[in-house]
Amino acid sequence: MKVLVSIKRAIDYNVRIQIKPDGSGVVENGVKHSMNPFDEIAVEQAMKWKESGDAEEVVAVTIGPDAAKEQLRSALAFGCDRAIHIKTDEPIQPLTAARVFKAIADKEQPKVFLMGKQAIDDDSNQTGQMTSALLNWPQATFASVIELSGETAKVTREIDAGLETLEVDLPAVITADLRLNEPRYLKLPDIMKAKKKPIEDMSLEDLGVSAAALLETTKTAPPPTREAGVKVESADELVAKLKEKGLL
Amino acid sequence: MSKILIVADYLNGTLNASTARAVTCAKDIGTDTIDVLVLSDDGAAIAAEAAKLDGVTKVMHVDNAANAHPMAATLTPQIVAAAEQGEYTHVLCPNTTYGKDLMPRVAAKMDVAMVTDIMAVHGPYEFERPIYAGNAIITVKAPENQVLVGSVRCASYAEAGDGGSAEVEALSLDVELPSHTRFVGLEQHKTDRPDLQTAPKVVTGGRGVGSEENFKIIYDLADKMGAGVGASRAAVDAGFVPNDMQVGQTGKIIAPELYMCFGISGAIQHLAGIKDAGTIVAINKDEEAPIFEVADIGLVGDLFKVIPELQEKIG
Repeated sequence: MKVLVSIKRAIDYNVRIQIKPDGSGVVENGVKHSMNPFDEIAVEQAMKWKESGDAEEVVAVTIGPDAAKEQLRSALAFGCDRAIHIKTDEPIQPLTAARVFKAIADKEQPKVFLMGKQAIDDDSNQTGQMTSALLNWPQATFASVIELSGETAKVTREIDAGLETLEVDLPAVITADLRLNEPRYLKLPDIMKAKKKPIEDMSLEDLGVSAAALLETTKTAPPPTREAGVKVESADELVAKLKEKGLL
Repeated sequence: MSKILIVADYLNGTLNASTARAVTCAKDIGTDTIDVLVLSDDGAAIAAEAAKLDGVTKVMHVDNAANAHPMAATLTPQIVAAAEQGEYTHVLCPNTTYGKDLMPRVAAKMDVAMVTDIMAVHGPYEFERPIYAGNAIITVKAPENQVLVGSVRCASYAEAGDGGSAEVEALSLDVELPSHTRFVGLEQHKTDRPDLQTAPKVVTGGRGVGSEENFKIIYDLADKMGAGVGASRAAVDAGFVPNDMQVGQTGKIIAPELYMCFGISGAIQHLAGIKDAGTIVAINKDEEAPIFEVADIGLVGDLFKVIPELQEKIG
């Protein structure tokens, strides 16, 4: 089967976010970026299917500026066969991303479209669900286990109530949660090999996709801060403080 | 005037408290219509609960065997039909895993953008929401000429009171439902303890607890305090506790009056889940642990020594 995996370039999860003093956004220049961690998990899942023989071809796709090539190269170093780069310097919101991914899925006809469950920059958690809606495909979000069997997949989902299992007909969009797997570390020879793999460049116009009506961000502000409180020396003192506050 | 439809989240035939929080958010939008939609196989009892919520105008329940287990692909066409029939300007749902899974599908089917995780309302189409695990807050304006689909950050809103008496009606919708998605099973972690997402007191443990067996000490303290129990991602990943106990950016976001954590260092992803707690108490043996930067009360010490002492003093 063919598997599509979408990836997003995002500020690295270890970076402490700085807000621009004029409130126009967060500081991105000179800040370390990497592949959205949930997307890495999705890529790793596709690699597992390649290794087990379930997937013949894995195609990575991203939407973003030139710099996003770096993350596509990482996906190729994981073992993806080829990549598609939809180039744009505009920030892309989920519904527009979903339109792009629908167009790519129509063209590539994958059996499974894997995505991370959310990007850790905008935390929207929308693109997978929106893509499957536009494709009229089943969706299985927040996957922690995926079992393929012919024309269907059984997906265990991490939900508030516990672990839910759904069976979906393929093709389907499946979004990866944290515990689906642990992505491998990339080795130098794989990184070198990835440099020779093909990346196809495209634009929104090439795909005939128009940007959706957007949310306009008018302000970016730091969250209200919590002041560090007091340190106590003993359990006695802790209980006394909590009783004082009426919490015990 | 805004006309708001709230999709009810429920479990095991009972309305989820997150729905009452979404009602409070809806009131902030400024409206005289807050209707609740219950999609279930037998929704009368859930609808009756929703009808008691203060501020709710009308509750509609769509009873259909296909809704016995809520699945986004099945529920979406029903929500879109109900929203269009009722000419609602806003369709909201709590940002629980139910709402997170469902609402983007609804938004895409209606061809509109969606506002995830509404934490403050500036106007009918202007909201605050967190990004970067709550390390930045953005104000977003949505187009006013289309339906606003959004999810409500439960930790930002108190539950609506129960003084209401809204009318309840059974609604039937003539829509075709897909059969491509089928429910197989739900493994629920049974507990008699207070629900983590609504408990006024929550006790959590992290990697520092060390093992599944050791977690008993956390449960025992929680039981003595009448508290809900949660855990950090590290503790869930290590298999000490089930996934539904995870607190943080990608787990549950909670706002108890008292939050006590043991052996949790305080990664930003964890802090994202507890920022709205009333009082944060941290017990950790590493005095450099970042959790102390946000804790109202910190105690540097070994949790295995501190907890028995607390048990004794609280008694």
